[in-house]
Amino acid sequence: MTQGQKATPAIAETARPGGLWIAFTATLKRDMTLMFRRRGELINPLVFFALVITLFPIGISPEREVLALIAPGLLWVAALLAALLSLDSLFRTDYDDGSLEQMLLAPQPLAALGLAKVVAHWLLTGLPLALVAPLLGVMLALPAGSYGVLVLALLLGSASLSLMGAIGAALTVGIARGGVLLSLLILPLYIPVLIFGVGAVQAAIIGEGVAAHLAMLGALLAASLLLAPWAIAASLRISING
Amino acid sequence: MWTFIHKWGSPKWFYAMSARLQPWCWAAALMLIALGTVWGLGFAPADYQQGNSFRIIYVHVPAAFLAQSVFVSMAAASLVFMVWKIKVADMAATVMAPFGAVMTFVALFSGAVWGVPTWGTWWMWDARLTSMLILLFLYLGVIALRGAFASRDGGSKAASVLAMVGVINIPIIKYSVDWWFTLHQPSTFSVTSRPAMPVEMWLPLLIMVLGFYCFFIALTLMRTRSEILRREINKRWVIDLAREMR
Amino acid sequence: MAFASLGAFFAMGGHGPYVWAAWGVTALLMAACVIHARLERRQLARLLMRRARRGSTSQPHQASHADDP
Repeated sequence: MTQGQKATPAIAETARPGGLWIAFTATLKRDMTLMFRRRGELINPLVFFALVITLFPIGISPEREVLALIAPGLLWVAALLAALLSLDSLFRTDYDDGSLEQMLLAPQPLAALGLAKVVAHWLLTGLPLALVAPLLGVMLALPAGSYGVLVLALLLGSASLSLMGAIGAALTVGIARGGVLLSLLILPLYIPVLIFGVGAVQAAIIGEGVAAHLAMLGALLAASLLLAPWAIAASLRISING
Repeated sequence: MWTFIHKWGSPKWFYAMSARLQPWCWAAALMLIALGTVWGLGFAPADYQQGNSFRIIYVHVPAAFLAQSVFVSMAAASLVFMVWKIKVADMAATVMAPFGAVMTFVALFSGAVWGVPTWGTWWMWDARLTSMLILLFLYLGVIALRGAFASRDGGSKAASVLAMVGVINIPIIKYSVDWWFTLHQPSTFSVTSRPAMPVEMWLPLLIMVLGFYCFFIALTLMRTRSEILRREINKRWVIDLAREMR
Repeated sequence: MAFASLGAFFAMGGHGPYVWAAWGVTALLMAACVIHARLERRQLARLLMRRARRGSTSQPHQASHADDP
């Protein structure tokens, strides 16, 4: 490990206001590049999503009426689980190779760098999940007219899921087998997103206004955008320094 | 003011002072719960709709109150620990978590049992029961996270962060669940408005609630004292204390 | 008194099993909390006394990290 050049005071002083944005985009770019190198891991959540959705017609009933009734909830639960599955690796590799410690030493606030990592994670899991969802919706006989709302709700919701999930991932990154623990910590916090996300799709199906639900999802996203980075930074510090 | 906080933040001082406070809390808890039990079980009139099954309220509501209050106290203690690095606060938070989980379970169990004569089923996805179930998972998460860390310090800090994250989420979860499951009885007891129940029904309930709170304080003091001894076992004052005990 | 007899008190107007199950489990768990706290305290006291006895023969230094069984 190269002894953190960034930590030397000379460079810390040159961290101008612009430095924050540069660090943010650099971290984002770096994470995207690294994730693109492991394409298999990128596809995995999507395959998982499709696979879980496949289980339900087999497990419950292939009848279109039954499936249409449960489709909004199924799509949301499956997307939520797929997002959860990918969270464990969010900080894991950086923790193992020590680059997380470098981030800790960086002059830029850890919260911003953590946020950049979460954004990268969302762009490569939440976003594809939201885009694939209508396809699986067709397979579940999701009634027409709710597809746009499904994508929009998933886009808003999965961003909150990534942010809140990152807190759990940061808390458990130092624990050897933290995967199950991570889901125990995070799933209860996902419930409001699930409720309003499913609510939006169901409201669209019965032709009610969806603005209220989407506004709630937006509010949840705003709140987690405001608070989660600090919790992520604090959790990362705890996981690294003990 | 600051010296006061720092005195209570010292484990030794806390140990000595809580020893004086503790018997009073136990006495108050015992008296209030005994009074509430006799009154609630034997003397409060039966509900005109639910008959005598409504007497479950005298354990369900105090337990539900406590389940939420314990989480809030735990988060407050966690905040004190994280901001001012006061170790006693973390020790208190450590012992509060299992008790909170027990109270949440009591609220869930009594609610489920109450459901049989009221709804005709053991489990109803009713707003309050569902929130309680989620609260139980939050407690289990905090306890599990603390236990998963190899170092006590790391576990304490991680559990503190999770408790604070949880306490921010509890109202959000509660309101979203309330919004979703409209099929529930209106809240039986609120602090701000006078309940619709007659006095001879809600007065024993109030006594029970107070008794449960005293029980919580007494138990927390007692277990925090044990936790202090456990963590400070190599400190001079604990060794001296052990000499005196002998 | 809301009940005419002791039998009526235990029957709780037909809701006896529910009322007593809820109250019983609550009482049991709260008692378990107290018993657990007492046992914990007694165990610690015993441990402390054992250490103190050993300490009186050989003065313990500030052994802050010594793990004792």
